[in-house]
Amino acid sequence: MTEPRKVAVVAGNRIPFARQDKNYRHASNSDMLTAALNGLVDRTGLGGEELGEVVAGAVLKHARDWNMVREVVLGSKLAATTPAYDLQQACGTGLEAAILVGNKIALGQIEAGVAGGVDSASDAPIAVNDKLRTILLDLNRAKSFQDRLKVLARVRPKDVVPEIPRNAEPRTRKSMGEHAALTALEWGVTREAQDELAYRSHMNLAASYDRGFHDDLITPYLGLDKDQNLRPDTTIEKLAKLKTVYGKGETATMTAGNSTPLTDGASAVLLSTDEWAAEHGLRPLAYLTHAQTAAVDYVKGAEGLLMAPAYAVPKMLARAGLTLQDFDYYEIHEAFASQVLATLKAWEDPIFCKERLGLDAPLGEIDRAKLNVNGSSLAAGHPFAATGGRIVAALAKQLDENGGGRGLISICAAGGQGVVAILEK
Amino acid sequence: MTDRYQTFTRTPLGQTLVKNLGLPDPTPLPRWTEGAPVIDGPVVFGSIGETDTGKAIQALLRDIGASFSTAAEGVASSELRPKALVFDATGAASTAELSSLQRFFSPVIRQLGAAGRVIVVGRTPELAATPEQQIAQRALEGFTRSLGKEVKRGATVNLVYVAPDAQDQLDSTLRFFLSPKSAYVDGQVTRIGTGPLVATDPSAPLAGKVALVTGAARGIGAAIAKTLARDGATVIGVDVPQNANDLRKVISAIGGSELLLDVTAIDAPQRIAAHAEEHHGGLDIVVHNAGITRDKRLANMRTDTWDAVLDVNLRAPERITAHLLESGTLHDGGSVIGVSSIAGIAGNNGQTNYATSKAGVIGLVQAYAPKLAERQIRINAVAPGFIETEMTARVPFAIREVGRRINSLQQGGQPVDVAETIAWFADPASAGVTGNVVRVCGQSMLGA
Repeated sequence: MTEPRKVAVVAGNRIPFARQDKNYRHASNSDMLTAALNGLVDRTGLGGEELGEVVAGAVLKHARDWNMVREVVLGSKLAATTPAYDLQQACGTGLEAAILVGNKIALGQIEAGVAGGVDSASDAPIAVNDKLRTILLDLNRAKSFQDRLKVLARVRPKDVVPEIPRNAEPRTRKSMGEHAALTALEWGVTREAQDELAYRSHMNLAASYDRGFHDDLITPYLGLDKDQNLRPDTTIEKLAKLKTVYGKGETATMTAGNSTPLTDGASAVLLSTDEWAAEHGLRPLAYLTHAQTAAVDYVKGAEGLLMAPAYAVPKMLARAGLTLQDFDYYEIHEAFASQVLATLKAWEDPIFCKERLGLDAPLGEIDRAKLNVNGSSLAAGHPFAATGGRIVAALAKQLDENGGGRGLISICAAGGQGVVAILEK
Repeated sequence: MTDRYQTFTRTPLGQTLVKNLGLPDPTPLPRWTEGAPVIDGPVVFGSIGETDTGKAIQALLRDIGASFSTAAEGVASSELRPKALVFDATGAASTAELSSLQRFFSPVIRQLGAAGRVIVVGRTPELAATPEQQIAQRALEGFTRSLGKEVKRGATVNLVYVAPDAQDQLDSTLRFFLSPKSAYVDGQVTRIGTGPLVATDPSAPLAGKVALVTGAARGIGAAIAKTLARDGATVIGVDVPQNANDLRKVISAIGGSELLLDVTAIDAPQRIAAHAEEHHGGLDIVVHNAGITRDKRLANMRTDTWDAVLDVNLRAPERITAHLLESGTLHDGGSVIGVSSIAGIAGNNGQTNYATSKAGVIGLVQAYAPKLAERQIRINAVAPGFIETEMTARVPFAIREVGRRINSLQQGGQPVDVAETIAWFADPASAGVTGNVVRVCGQSMLGA
């Protein structure tokens, strides 16, 4: 087998992220992903081009969208001969898509591909409940009019109550926020530290808009040209006034301000070999060099739901021969401010690193000035599957602007999973 | 929770019904309150000959300011209503002398006051000088256990075995069994060995000590934390993050510190040690109270249900104890206390997992007691019976009612009863008390 090839991140594009039930309330996942993809095609001049593949996904998906990404490609400006498939790994979807596209490029199976993700918390799939579903299927099977009547007679008023997807873990029935609140308590993450992180996220994102950083990363959509959740005028004092929403009583620390809101949006990233990029008049912004996934057993309480990245990163560092301090940028997805802070505390903790990670010494502190320098999910919002693409594109551009360097991406996902990667230039 | 039946029996109508129908008549048990004397009534002392143990007992009775008389002074015939009867049987060298028990108790037992105390002190049978003495001493157990079932109105009967030359260790144990602190400890046998003589201030025996209490947010654990703090200890309360608010309430009322973690976590022992070292310079007392039930008959038992109970109730105490000893976090002269259960002794339908874990706690005590002796670290366990908590309040009515009544005191115990027993174990003056499993069950018929 030949050596793996370098995987370049060439371009990225997304639509601004909208708050739930605002501008994108009538936009479907397909609409939004098409908009993000077409924006990417326009900017890179790839109209009519056949790519190796397009990989994307959505966490909240309608049953009719069983082949969503392929349908999006067919409705996009790419050649209709571009293959595509759907992928779902909760909030890790977008980054996992980039890893899979990157792996095919590295192995020489494709030359270029797009990785993306989309989610709508507004246009959520509402399902009929299981009992009604069974009745309707039986109705379909019934042969005679009499049989149909018999089946219909089984319908009870409560059967017409629809099932709305919940942002909760099926095995613990706790919401992600409730899980994160427990982890925050276990790690002693304070309200002040969380509000401070949220504040910096807003300030960093606002500053990055001000310097035009997002001009070639975003395509305006449905009246938005900026992330709707961004509050450039927020202050630590304002954040400190918000009521807690997760956890109870005086030990609760998590608010709507230091937790990500439900949002709608889509993102797409173009990856390719150096040669393919040059042939198409494009240039690499950065290279995807390492990736790792990990999962934790949060069900039995052995570990917090969102702590998997704390396990994935050291595994990846060991394989890459790097330390946690060997990075110029850290992109730690802010599902909740407490999640980021608990992860950082865990890496600094000698007991955690020894007993849970099996390391001789803690991974240590990171330079906070290098963390989420252009803002992250607390400010931008977090349409689950779209976050990976947002981060990969922004970090690649940041590395390029910097004239090189190395960046770490860490994303926690439902089900106790974590997806992490390294971009370098 | 309130025992409605017991409340009803205190009404005039209730008393009439109880008397005429022969229903259970549970006497409300007084509990110790701060500043109260060890015992608030006269004590009658009896013995088989003059022994060093007898002298030690009488010295203690004088020390606590109890008005006491000896049987020889003819108390039995007086109008005195003794609050406690203390009998030194260490002098029984053969079964012939057992008749002294009948001679001493029969005339006086009817006079015993409400919530009275009967304490028989014997020689540890295994350490007896002769086979004859061993037989006689072993026989005492049958006597106290039966008398426990005979005495009425909230009185208790307990047997204390003292090793040869260990009479100087009796102090904290006799204080405990004489006082209302042992209200729900009945029909028990405690073995006291030799140890260093440690004098503690009875009003704050745990002053300057640091105590770890797992599962401290609620129920029995909260009572343990409060009681140890009352006795002067600095308490580190441990509970899972889910109970953070309850834990904060407990700890903020008593001082000390909170540690939120799951005792089954792989690094829980290390985390506990680090917290104790960093904030309090180590530990003197460890109370493994955290426990859960997941009842299922074995045929329906799921792997995770079994594992969860064993992990929390047994493996966590085992791992935490081992680490605290190995790391030296637990100071020499310290005390480890496990929480077993009468289910671990008697077994219980639907509790194979729970009873396995709780019997394992007894194993933990027995395995470590001899090993830790050289570091003068003591290890004991309490085995609660039916204690009135949120957990037992959820037991179905009929089962709960049976659980409450099938013991000599005909009522459930309070969390504080378990806590007081633990405080007695934790007292540095209990240096000779190790390897014991003391039931706090009102002399339950289960597994007795």
